[in-house]
Amino acid sequence: MTVFATPLAGYLLVAALLFAIGLAGALTRRNAILVLIGIELMLNAANLNLIAFWRYMPHPEALTGMMFAIFSIAVAAAEAAVGLGLVISIHRHAKTTDLDEMNRMKG
Amino acid sequence: MSFVFWLLAAITVAGGLAAVLLKNLVHCALALTVVFTGLAFLFLQLDAQFAGFAQILVYVGAVAILVVFAILLTRSSETPKDGGVFSRTWGVGLVIAAAVFAVLGWAVLQSETGLPHETAVPNVTVQLIGNALMGRYVLPLEIVALLLTAAMIGAVIVAMHEKGDAK
Amino acid sequence: MIQEGTAFTPQIAESTASGILWLIPALPIVASGIIALLKQPMRKLSATLAIGSLSCSLLLSLFAFGHVLVGWASGAAVRETVNFTWIQVGTAHVDLGWILDPLAAVMLVMVCFVGLLIFIYSTGYMAHDENFTRFFCFLSLFAGAMLGVVIANSLLLLFMSWELVGLTSYLLIGFWYQKPSAAAAAKKAFLTTRIGDVFFLLGMVWLFAQTGTLLFYNAGMGSMEALKLGGLLATPAGLGLTAASAIGLLIFAGAAGKSGQFPLHVWLPDAMEGPTPVSALIHAATMVAAGVYLIARVYPLMQAGVQLSASGEAIGSTVALTVVTWVGAGTAVFAALIAVAQNDIKRILAYSTVSQLGYMMAGLGMGGVAVGMFHLITHAFFKSLLFMGAGSVIHGCHEEQDIRRMGALKIDMPWTFITYAVGMLALCGFPLFFSGFWSKDGILEAAQHWSVAKSPFYMLVFGALLTAFYMTRQVSYVFFGNYRGHKEAHESPPVMLLPLVILAFFAMALGLIGTPVWPWFRAFLEGHAAGFSVTGFSEPGFLALMATSSIVVLLGLVVAWRIYGNKPIKAEDPDALERAMPTIWTLLEGKFYIDELYGATVIAFYAWWARVADWLDRRVWGGIVTAVAWLFREGAQLSRLFDMNWVDGGFDKGCEELASGGGLMSRIESGRVQIYLRLLALAVVLLTAILIWSSRG
Repeated sequence: MTVFATPLAGYLLVAALLFAIGLAGALTRRNAILVLIGIELMLNAANLNLIAFWRYMPHPEALTGMMFAIFSIAVAAAEAAVGLGLVISIHRHAKTTDLDEMNRMKG
Repeated sequence: MSFVFWLLAAITVAGGLAAVLLKNLVHCALALTVVFTGLAFLFLQLDAQFAGFAQILVYVGAVAILVVFAILLTRSSETPKDGGVFSRTWGVGLVIAAAVFAVLGWAVLQSETGLPHETAVPNVTVQLIGNALMGRYVLPLEIVALLLTAAMIGAVIVAMHEKGDAK
Repeated sequence: MIQEGTAFTPQIAESTASGILWLIPALPIVASGIIALLKQPMRKLSATLAIGSLSCSLLLSLFAFGHVLVGWASGAAVRETVNFTWIQVGTAHVDLGWILDPLAAVMLVMVCFVGLLIFIYSTGYMAHDENFTRFFCFLSLFAGAMLGVVIANSLLLLFMSWELVGLTSYLLIGFWYQKPSAAAAAKKAFLTTRIGDVFFLLGMVWLFAQTGTLLFYNAGMGSMEALKLGGLLATPAGLGLTAASAIGLLIFAGAAGKSGQFPLHVWLPDAMEGPTPVSALIHAATMVAAGVYLIARVYPLMQAGVQLSASGEAIGSTVALTVVTWVGAGTAVFAALIAVAQNDIKRILAYSTVSQLGYMMAGLGMGGVAVGMFHLITHAFFKSLLFMGAGSVIHGCHEEQDIRRMGALKIDMPWTFITYAVGMLALCGFPLFFSGFWSKDGILEAAQHWSVAKSPFYMLVFGALLTAFYMTRQVSYVFFGNYRGHKEAHESPPVMLLPLVILAFFAMALGLIGTPVWPWFRAFLEGHAAGFSVTGFSEPGFLALMATSSIVVLLGLVVAWRIYGNKPIKAEDPDALERAMPTIWTLLEGKFYIDELYGATVIAFYAWWARVADWLDRRVWGGIVTAVAWLFREGAQLSRLFDMNWVDGGFDKGCEELASGGGLMSRIESGRVQIYLRLLALAVVLLTAILIWSSRG
């Protein structure tokens, strides 16, 4: 691993990597819950991005980045709740969480 | 870059990989918890203590549990599926994810010269955060409160057993 | 006989007579138009219209004649013209007009008078025919057209009336068109005269091109007047001729066609297929005379360049007039020879007409307008008399026309016999009391004094001998001997006999105006005084000439009488002359095989050419049309293929592709969330890349 010129770049890259991993998971796994897991990963990567930028940008006392991240956490939690509830509901209906088989909306 | 950063970064990324690659769903949920924790420590590292603790409280304490619950509630047909855990066309997804990483990484690396160096540690107290929440960010706060209420009610309604539905 | 006298003063101003001159042809033509609209059973009305209109024309002609006569008597040479412009193209203009002079006046009176008599005769002759009305329509039209020819002062107007005369003669010869021989004869007449007309037209166009006018007389600017003639004489026309001679020859070709000169005579005998009044009118008095009249009209052109002696007589002759003379003389002998061997009563008269027309042409060529015209006038009377007499005979013998099946008709048809005898003697030129003698002698005298050659004189004398011979033969066969027919012959009704008597009277009386004692006719035509002088006979050669012609006529009569006269023969017996010289007889009876010659050459060539044209039309032009049609059809096929495969096919394919494309595109709507996610992610990646790139650049 190379030595980054700035710590910010390092955090950003980590966030990007995490984001990519989360995306890969959301795109490739068959289970619906894993898609949600991937989404959570992506959201967390975005939060990391936000905090990193808050820390290393001018005027951290404005708290903009932190506030954003906090709100993001709250919203992500709410979204996870609703999403998982949906998955449970679908599972009840279709007896499976396999996304490959859920193509009733096929065009 | 300090050693702590590297360690925490490695743990987080490893956890993320595990979360998307493992076959057993519960293992994936646990790996996710590891990721959340790693991130919380990264927040602490970034002097965002409040965000770090909020991360642990909310994500580890609530979201991870939620995921586990969901996994357990949808386990009836968890017998090994035919075709594996990955989608038939997982390559495309991988490529796209790689493309995303490439773009983002390239953006970051390209602008390295413009990225600022170490700055002073910000002095952030909870009081400041509270003041900000009640002052400048009161509107988003209220909206988020509404949102959470709605999400709670919605989740309940969505996941509720309907009348006449087979259990 | 040339009468010395002072030249008359010209009188060219218009008068009432010349003003109303146009009515003379107009009335019969209008009557013809009205008759054409009548229904066939309205016979009385159509006959009345025709006869009435011609009578009015006769009265007007007499009025005009009287006007000219008065003028002549008071010493004026009347030549009144009424001209008007018909077409104007830039500076060139074509004029029409009519003329009233002695020539026109005598011709008008003759045509109207003889025509009227024939009309009256026709009411009797055609009484049993169902197409009575149509007959009078055509007759009236013909009369009008002929009168148009007579009064025309413009060569163009003359030509137009000439063509109309040709058309009506076609209609009349082919009157009984159901008979194939009649239809063929009408076609032959029309085509043969047409050949002459082509040359006429050429001459006319040339004249117009050279002189710029087609009027004969136009106050000094007419084409027959000195100024234009001088110009024509000065223009050379190749082959050593002047333009005047060339044009004259071309116009003579047209006249030769209409007047049945050799070699265009073939139509005249065949034209006997028409009803006898038609033969009388057209082929004795009027249409065939039109050719002679034409030559008389353009005589200044024909005579241009010849020197005149002090007394006005021509010294030498022009090329045109020489040709006219030779053709005329040759035709006279040629036709007379053929007439000797014919057995159809009308055909004998037809060949006789051809022969006499030759006389007239020769007379014009050698002796001038007066000589030729006098014979024309007298011939009109006695020939139409002979034809009508023949018609009476045919009618009386129940439509029999072969003289071998007639005979002794002087007993059953006395009036016909007497009038026919008068006509026959006039035609032969029996001395003294018959007009034919004086008119023929005028021609013989001119021939005797002709400076170019003496042969025409001998030919004409021989022709007179032959004329006497064949007419006597005919009369013997028809009126003497024993009756060889099948049914009883009867005399014709008075309505047919009366015109015969009138004509017989004139056949004798007209001689009076042409004798040297009182050469009134010549003086009238030539515009000088006519003195009555008994010493006219004392002209040196004249008495000798009278004696010669009398002897010749009597010789012919006696010889024929010896051979044929009053002998009882059978119908199937060969002719006495035939027994004597069979080969010559066959040649003469076969009309010198001219028709067969034409058939083998001209007609055969024409038929061959028609076949070529047909082949050309069917194979070449038809082939081209077929090929073009085939091309179009193939092109249409091609277009159809193109349309079906490319346009339709392309369109269908396009729609198919669209549908399958849609099918393909619908695969994006897989219904699977992850696919949608991937697409979203891809889109975001691309957008981001673009944004970053564009912000960097």
